[in-house]
Amino acid sequence: MEHGQRMTDGRKRWLWLAGAVVWLGLPWLVFGNNYVLSTLVLIGLYALVGTGMTLLMGYAGQISLGQAAFYGMGAYTSAYLTAHAGWPAWLALVAGAALAALVALVVGIPVFRLREHYLALATLGFGVIMFTFFKEWKGITGGLNGFFGIPPIRIAGIPLQSDWQFYYLVSSFVLAGGWFARNVVRSRVGRALRAIHGSEVAASSLGVNITKYKLQIFILSAVYASVAGSLYAHYVTFINPDLFGIIPSIYFLIMVIIGGTASVWGGLVGAAVYVCLGEWLKAVVPLLLPNAGGEFEIVFFGLLLVIMLIYMPNGLTGVAPQGLRRCWKTSWRQSERATAVDSHKARSIGGEQG
Amino acid sequence: MSAMLLEVEQLSKSFGGIQAVQNVSFYVKKEDIVAVIGPNGAGKTTLFNMISGIVPPTSGFVRFQGAIVSGKQPHELAMLGMTRTFQNLQLFADMTVLENVMVGFHSRLKSGIVSAGFRLPRTVKEEKQAQEQAFFCLEQVGLAHLAWERAGTLPYGMQRLVEIARAAVSRPSLILLDEPMAGLNPQESKQLVDVLLMMREQGFSFLFVEHDMETVMAIADRIVVLDYGKKIAEGAPEEIARHPDVIKAYLGEEAV
Amino acid sequence: MEAWSQFVQLLFSGLTVGSIYALVALGFVITYSVTGILNLAQGDFAMLGALFCVTLVNDGVPFVLAIGLSIVAVMAIGALFERLAIQPARRSPVAVLIIITIGASFVFRGIALLVWGTNPYALRPFTGHGALEAFGAVIQWQSVWAIILSLASFAALHLFFHRTYIGKAVAACVINPFAARLMGIDIRKMSLGAIAASAGLGALAGIVIAPISGASYDMGMMIGLKAFIAAVVGGLTNAPAAIAGAFLVGLLESFAEGYLSSGYKEAISFGLLLLVLFFMPNGLFAKMTGKRV
Repeated sequence: MEHGQRMTDGRKRWLWLAGAVVWLGLPWLVFGNNYVLSTLVLIGLYALVGTGMTLLMGYAGQISLGQAAFYGMGAYTSAYLTAHAGWPAWLALVAGAALAALVALVVGIPVFRLREHYLALATLGFGVIMFTFFKEWKGITGGLNGFFGIPPIRIAGIPLQSDWQFYYLVSSFVLAGGWFARNVVRSRVGRALRAIHGSEVAASSLGVNITKYKLQIFILSAVYASVAGSLYAHYVTFINPDLFGIIPSIYFLIMVIIGGTASVWGGLVGAAVYVCLGEWLKAVVPLLLPNAGGEFEIVFFGLLLVIMLIYMPNGLTGVAPQGLRRCWKTSWRQSERATAVDSHKARSIGGEQG
Repeated sequence: MSAMLLEVEQLSKSFGGIQAVQNVSFYVKKEDIVAVIGPNGAGKTTLFNMISGIVPPTSGFVRFQGAIVSGKQPHELAMLGMTRTFQNLQLFADMTVLENVMVGFHSRLKSGIVSAGFRLPRTVKEEKQAQEQAFFCLEQVGLAHLAWERAGTLPYGMQRLVEIARAAVSRPSLILLDEPMAGLNPQESKQLVDVLLMMREQGFSFLFVEHDMETVMAIADRIVVLDYGKKIAEGAPEEIARHPDVIKAYLGEEAV
Repeated sequence: MEAWSQFVQLLFSGLTVGSIYALVALGFVITYSVTGILNLAQGDFAMLGALFCVTLVNDGVPFVLAIGLSIVAVMAIGALFERLAIQPARRSPVAVLIIITIGASFVFRGIALLVWGTNPYALRPFTGHGALEAFGAVIQWQSVWAIILSLASFAALHLFFHRTYIGKAVAACVINPFAARLMGIDIRKMSLGAIAASAGLGALAGIVIAPISGASYDMGMMIGLKAFIAAVVGGLTNAPAAIAGAFLVGLLESFAEGYLSSGYKEAISFGLLLLVLFFMPNGLFAKMTGKRV
């Protein structure tokens, strides 16, 4: 959200400072605990995917049930190009993003002529087809056995291998991705997306090229997912197709719905809740139900999904800090109103033609 | 003829054998207010949807500022300077009033997703301009004090004004209004008539569909009358009020 | 002769799978026609039906009774699902309703996992392990059962919608909900009935396929998605076309598996889905029959 804008300068500065300290100091705050750091890295990677999906679903109102396919495309492109073709990791990451963007473009052109049910089905179908390729194209992906030995990503020649290094890398990407998304939302493009969500016929009557914006935002969300996938591949150095099938796509969907669509940071909130809840369930449920094995946590996430959609369709960012936000909003409104009025006065005085 | 803004030539539309609109022709000049009237089911909405690019005509064509535009998409028409409002308000309910109007300024801005995402100076400048224009426009219709409210929370009459501000903020050459008075109480109607007359003073042109005869007679420069998809009369309000076919088809029916 | 017997074998396995898809797809069509909802949890009804039946049979319940009880139990679950998850969200946008059904699918799958674990179960065939030999191919009696039951279900539904008063009322409700309400037909009951009936059909499908391919907590998703493809190929509101679509998908998969590669069979059926969505969004048979359920 536009918290920064909505607060007075003093409070704003303190908040930034506190945020920066927590962000930079976190590895020390948790005493370099690798479990915590790896959890944070995972949150960050999912948050990146989730941010792209929040733009697509929350702002443009377009559903995607196959987002894990793009996550997989980034992961496999990076894995193959660095391990077998000897590319530098950063170049491979860019190549993965470019591939995902291209695929999103090609798939998106027919897909976004569809709506609602059909759009959901088409993205689901796309996800299944990509998953089949990850599974069957053994020469590239290693098939169900997985892809081993992905080399590390390097910064200035230093290979990043530890959890705290990845923490900084991934969190930087999350912040940059969130910043970019926030800027998009607060611009002509973001307004066009929300307008499409609100009423396609009205948006188009005002000059918004609906197909173009849907495609653009789908491509952007694919790039976010692909970059996250590339980083993931270098982080775990081993990937297999099960991470990129339909169930993971649904998990991304769940994260976006938990996080909510009232803010571009919904993806981050959703990812954090999803990962933490998942870890907690893995720790607690076996104590209560000793026989529970496999992916039993899906029952909880399924329930959460249904309950959220019925009772809290705007997600956590839609309801959580309401009181807080109300007071911020007031101050922000006042300042913004003042600027708008001032500039308007200035223009009338200057005689500039409207 | 240089002042010709919109020319509708022999426009027809049939839906599965039913002729909704048949060979309708008329024109709108610059700074004109032209009304299309007719009994229910006369084909007014279909005509409107064809002109604004929502449905393609079966035959005939539309010329806008000298160029043939039939077959173009609504967003292309908006870029050329033709916007519209809707009978059943199509505001973006979850956006603020100001944001709604800023969407109306879309066609005058250029920032793409990359420029916006990196917040390049060009985008910052454009945003400021869009906000100023939108605010100015809201002031014109007397809603500046509601700029930061969610559009969906406003009373119906005010939502209508927001929709008109949104259609007008890009200074289009022609605004199509689909039953602008529908659902308004007399006081709101009066306010809207004042706004439309004021906008005409500023050089806006309107084409509108309306049921409310009082409004039509008060603000239209010319009236086109449709009945069963055909144009049965066209002329100044006084002529139309006296036109025997019109009285028979429309006013007569009203009187019953 | 080798090639011929392989062809017949694949033909029958395609028809068998197709008839399972047909049962589930019929459920889709009924739910969608009556409520306008695409229920992505439909496949999980098949899973629940199969697992219930396995458990009952293993506990010594007579086979026919076990089948009946399982179907009734799954119908009750379907009704519960409609009341708890669908009814409260009736006014939500379509996308939200779809995601709710995905959530419900997760819940069913997760509960099954907690109750029955991850191991697959076997169910004995309806009429012994015998097989029919024809044209050099071996055809299990269970396959014949699958085909007969799916066609019989369709016939029963057809009679219900065209010969009974309630059935005609439901059909009227599909065509014009407003008029139906004026006639005193309760739309909410209609929605409940439709989802329960779909659940029953799904359960039957699961029970029929269990002797052939086993029963496990994760069998629902793929059956559901394939049936979905069948329903879309058929046009979503057209029952005979959905059944034709189901057999088409079944045969396509069977032949793809036999002649090409088993791995890509899913890509092929979903490829069909995308082609239909992109080029014939009203279904392959849109022009042939305009009749709804």
